Amino acid sequence: MKKILTTPIKDEDLAELKVGDIVYLTGQLVTCRDVAHRRLVELGRELPVDIVGGAIFHAGPIVRENEDGSHEMISIGPTTSMRMEKFERHFIEETGVKLIIGKGGMGPETAAGCRENKAVHAVFPGGCAVVAATKVEAIEGAEWKDLGMPETLWINRVREFGPLIISIDTQGNNIFETNKARFNEKKGPILEKISNQLKFIK
Amino acid sequence: MNKEEAILGLTDTMAKFTSYIGKRLPRDVIKKQAELRKLETNPLAIEIYDVMAENQDAADKLDRPSCQDTGVIQYFIAAGSNFPLLGELEGILENATLGATRLGPLRHNAVETFDEKNTGTNTGSKIPWLDWEIVPGEDSATIDVYMAGGGCTLPGASKVLMPGQGYEGVAEFVLDVITSRGINACPPLLVGVGVSTSAETAARLSKKAILRPVDSRHQNDNAAKMEELLEEGLNELGIGPQGLTGNNSVMGVNIESSARHPSTIGVAVSTGCWSHRRGKIRINSDLSYEIMSHDGVVL
Ligand code: SF4
Repeated sequence: MKKILTTPIKDEDLAELKVGDIVYLTGQLVTCRDVAHRRLVELGRELPVDIVGGAIFHAGPIVRENEDGSHEMISIGPTTSMRMEKFERHFIEETGVKLIIGKGGMGPETAAGCRENKAVHAVFPGGCAVVAATKVEAIEGAEWKDLGMPETLWINRVREFGPLIISIDTQGNNIFETNKARFNEKKGPILEKISNQLKFIK
Repeated sequence: MNKEEAILGLTDTMAKFTSYIGKRLPRDVIKKQAELRKLETNPLAIEIYDVMAENQDAADKLDRPSCQDTGVIQYFIAAGSNFPLLGELEGILENATLGATRLGPLRHNAVETFDEKNTGTNTGSKIPWLDWEIVPGEDSATIDVYMAGGGCTLPGASKVLMPGQGYEGVAEFVLDVITSRGINACPPLLVGVGVSTSAETAARLSKKAILRPVDSRHQNDNAAKMEELLEEGLNELGIGPQGLTGNNSVMGVNIESSARHPSTIGVAVSTGCWSHRRGKIRINSDLSYEIMSHDGVVL
């Protein structure tokens, strides 16, 4: 059965989730990436959207502006979450966000933030932006439009948005860190095997 | 056709083709991904491959860019010295990028450096990026269009090794880049490696390498062997789609090379993500064209 999270997300909704689990999101999802994080954390500005118990998406979408001024989601996919690592722990604490969606892993700071504030990070498969756009029912608002199309905070109403693969759970387990350690362990022996056949300089 | 009409016609073709490649992957990439999906046994990886395939179908049907990051537009041109619009091509491709941005629509991805303002048009200083090769005596032009997304551009790296580090050092560099930064670049990746004399020559060749078809091989036997070894080695790591582990890691490894200074080995890596959006088009001297990378295209 599909596990569906609905905003506002409560601590108990996330307590049982483990890294590698797949969930879907229904409710509000706000795009939030580099400069928005910087404004909040470094410049001390308040986020113009309330995201207590909410979900953010590290994403810069393609949005069509209709003639009546309304917006239509054309294509929305995750961007590299690691760029927000510098800010995310602080960001989680300040905003009360519960679900952070992006692409690729995040680091120990975010994992600590997730543990301390009972939040999770999840991966939406990168590059699958049309599938994602079809799960956006409406764009309900846009803030900080001065940042340009990719960086604007787009406030979306989504339905069964996913698959979302939990990559950091509320215990602070981090699937990408585990995988990275595994890749690094394998790398040495593989390199040795390859190198033996690459002695072209004699 | 007078010259003005010719310029408008080619601009229109290139705008449509640039927009097109953001919606449909080239045939070699599609084929490879179907193969990797078949070989996969990890259920999470299979789920991801299936969402990717579903996404490409949806993009095709809805006629939308398949990934929201439609990149910085780059054109790699091999133009005959007798190509009739040689001097006009730069302007044509700039206008084609403007056109494609409206048609796609493409995301606005050109930030003017130092002013730190998004131009909102996908054009800016030296953007779209043009890479030129002149083919003596020819009268056609072959153009590779590439959408350089942020995620797949980030792992890019180049370095100059000492000859003592040898090709073993090259292999180590490639594996380091892929295991540290490649994971976040939406694998399975197409890995381009430049082996050359200096940082910038290797970097350019590594990018040219990912324009080559996924299953192609370098014509030098040792280089071809190295492509194979790196491909096997990277796959053995089991990075899987999106770096969430799986039976494979890459679509392929392509090496491009040049001669080098006896005291240096320039090496560079460029990566193409699973959504490797590139297209190859040949424009003949009468401005008729053939699309070489995709099947059944109607522009
Ligand atoms: S790495 Fe490629 S598939 Fe992934 S988000 Fe960037 S452009 Fe899209």
